Amino acid sequence: MSARRLREVSRRDFLRGAGGAAGGLIVGFTVPAATRWGAMAARAAAPAAPAAPAAGPQLPPAAQAAEVNAFVKIDPTGVVTLVMHKSEMGQGVYTGLVQLLAEELECDLRRVRIETAPVAAVYNNPVFPLQFTGGSMSISTSWNPLRLAGAAARTLLIEAAAQRWRVAPESCRAEQGCVYGPNGRKTDFGRLAIAAGKLPPPDPKALRLKPSSEFKVIGRSIQRVEIAGKIDGSGKFGLDMHLPGMLRAVLARPPALGSTLKSLDDTAARAVRGVVTVITLSAGVAVVAQNTHAARKGRDALIIDWQPGPGAALDTERLRLDYQTLAATEAPVIARNDGDVGPLLRDRAHRQLDALYEVPFLAHAPMEPLNCVADWRPDRCDVWTGTQMQSLDQAAAAEVAGLRADQVFIHTLLLGGGFGRRASPVSDFVRESVALSKRIAKPVQVVWTREDDMRGGWYRPQWANRLRAALGPDGRPAAWQHTVVGQSIVAGTVMQGMALKGIDPTSVEGAQDLPYAIPNVRVGLHSTTAPVKVLWWRSVGHSNTAFAVESFIDECAAAGIDPMAYRRALLSERQPRHRTVLELLAQKSGWTDPPAAGRGRGLAIHESFGSVVGEVAEVSMEDGRPRVHRVIAVIDCGTAVNPHMIAGQMESAINYGLSAALYGEITFADGRQAQANFDTYPVVRIGEAPVVETYVVPSAEPPSGVGEPGLPPIAPAVANAIFALTRKRARRLPLIRDGKFTA
Amino acid sequence: MQKLDINGTVHQVDVDPDMPLLWVLRDVLGLTGTKYGCGMALCGACTVHLDGVATRSCVLPIGGVSGRRITTIEGVSQSPAGRKVQAAWAALDVPQCGYCQSGQIMSAAALISSNHAPSDADIDGAMSGNLCRCGIYSRIRAAIHRAAADAGESS
Repeated sequence: MSARRLREVSRRDFLRGAGGAAGGLIVGFTVPAATRWGAMAARAAAPAAPAAPAAGPQLPPAAQAAEVNAFVKIDPTGVVTLVMHKSEMGQGVYTGLVQLLAEELECDLRRVRIETAPVAAVYNNPVFPLQFTGGSMSISTSWNPLRLAGAAARTLLIEAAAQRWRVAPESCRAEQGCVYGPNGRKTDFGRLAIAAGKLPPPDPKALRLKPSSEFKVIGRSIQRVEIAGKIDGSGKFGLDMHLPGMLRAVLARPPALGSTLKSLDDTAARAVRGVVTVITLSAGVAVVAQNTHAARKGRDALIIDWQPGPGAALDTERLRLDYQTLAATEAPVIARNDGDVGPLLRDRAHRQLDALYEVPFLAHAPMEPLNCVADWRPDRCDVWTGTQMQSLDQAAAAEVAGLRADQVFIHTLLLGGGFGRRASPVSDFVRESVALSKRIAKPVQVVWTREDDMRGGWYRPQWANRLRAALGPDGRPAAWQHTVVGQSIVAGTVMQGMALKGIDPTSVEGAQDLPYAIPNVRVGLHSTTAPVKVLWWRSVGHSNTAFAVESFIDECAAAGIDPMAYRRALLSERQPRHRTVLELLAQKSGWTDPPAAGRGRGLAIHESFGSVVGEVAEVSMEDGRPRVHRVIAVIDCGTAVNPHMIAGQMESAINYGLSAALYGEITFADGRQAQANFDTYPVVRIGEAPVVETYVVPSAEPPSGVGEPGLPPIAPAVANAIFALTRKRARRLPLIRDGKFTA
Repeated sequence: MQKLDINGTVHQVDVDPDMPLLWVLRDVLGLTGTKYGCGMALCGACTVHLDGVATRSCVLPIGGVSGRRITTIEGVSQSPAGRKVQAAWAALDVPQCGYCQSGQIMSAAALISSNHAPSDADIDGAMSGNLCRCGIYSRIRAAIHRAAADAGESS
């Protein structure tokens, strides 16, 4: 979803007033039942529901069932609680959202607490009507709502102070958690909270948001708010959840795609010390034990015969050949068709380029393997997990539990990485935990071993891209054709409504919106079927299309034209952000100076999630393998809410993308993955991680995505650098297979 | 019944001697700061100190650790090196998702307690067994240099 679309979510969509309660000030938002989108309106809160704890088995149902769901609460001690509807997986969303609120609330940052939100429609994403964290849009979709919530609360606090002092509200101001009035009067938010909670909500039209020139908190690199628990070991991730009487389970999962249980002998498993029971679920055979070690030992002792299923023949090398064949044929659906590429692509007077780019299936491999705690009771079910997709998890858990959605309580813990894997349209890790808890009528934690996590399916699709261009006498493409071949991520899921006219936008994003001024452009799609389950993986389709597009544009430039100048010439006035990014990138990378001896420099620029990112990678070849020394990155993400977090996300996306570009692939033979753990699915370690320098384009525009946009340019930047150094064009990822670089 | 000296406290546990220390810490003693990542000593998320030496607890059967001094992330602040590393981590705002951080901090604390001025190569050597999928290696490196500088000043 583009940032432009997001920016249309205006204040009139959600704010109708603010209100309070006897226990302090609560600024809440409600979604009118008839409104499908998250049009939020603030209104006077009913007597405050008890605060829902971030985690813990005693959560009162009333807190989640409350009609009005708070975003902001201020109690009489002056503590400001931000009810957090987004999941923290490292991207810094807790911190960023606190900054948005605090900018307008004028509170003391040290007195802000986070309380994770229950599942409620009010917390739905305004673009997709689900409560989830993804698509690099947490900041952009919260930009107005949270600042307005802060402004509404501040207005009420000032009003309460003005009434108490019998002065005009205009003569008062708020700063650092206090309200200041005439003649040196001062009081803190805590002392005003109850009075403010009784006031009628302010007229939203009277609320004025600060211009960027007055920002004091937005734009500052404030420290990660949840940092303490991430340094002393006390931070609670999903896997750290424990309940009294809770058992642990590990599942023996089908070893090949689609295989099913034929026969089971669990005698030896049940004899393992600590094993409590063995239960067969649709997901596999669960060994339930007193601890994870016993569960694993029990699983190892299972004797299982598996019945091969429909995926037993899958071979990714054969799939690759199938995709190559498809890529050579006319695409059945066309995502973009400017002018007419046909005649030019047959014209001998034009120089014809034709190349195939291929990328493999990828596992997300977050550091924290998947896991989930479920506590099923006849009348309610509690689920504790690190998830990006609370709405669908609640619905899935309710279905499995045989309960209504409002009887299911999802408690979101810290995520040890998400990268899309924890945004499952089928809630696989939640369903099996709930099913198991229901079967044994006890709280249980299902632990995925690393091997389960890596082989558990749901991969970034394998893709092929055929790129063709007809270059005119000036060397510029007169025609450009991009054919994408691969599985649709949304097909067959609850998200399939995203696909229009047979085109899954995630398959062609980054190809369809080619930024270069080329008069004839055709982008086609072959949506394939394969027995592999596919899922969004950090930056989704852009992780493929940027590699193809930004490598191929370099191939077009390779006829003696500098790739930076070539791109600049192809970016018209209609792409001012691209041009600015490119200019800053040229300057910061010292593009016109020759690289150090033995090094090659490669460039890529790509827009995704509303942000434009350009990267220059400096690469050498060591023992015949590429080594990336340094990456200069420039991002235009609108207003930079927290520069330290932005630089961190750029470095993170670059190293995540570099791991994939260098090593990442899940391959199948006979329906079985060859990869299982970090020995067979290597990722970048500290000694191979490049120095990353990030520069943020100054901007007063609303913020756009940060978590993902740094990823797409890294693979093509590295491949282009390798070409600059060796004249070898790498058109297939990963660059290193079987320990060797092959172009 | 087995005695374990963890963070200066003696714990008695009744589990099989083949149970890796990681699961004893997490599932039996409730010390969940030490993380499970791979189970094969490939990722370093489970790093603890065994007599001061960084050790992967996921492949360490507790049968072999009797009488040894075990330090986990929950106890690392008891040592000057641990405190310096944690302070540097906070000052440079190192963590992202945070899941690998206990292991990173344990490896870093072991490094600077034995090497007051680690070079980049020393850091690569000591930290290469600790994976970070958020890829925040440069911040980890900078924090180790900072912690070492602090440790040097106060020693």
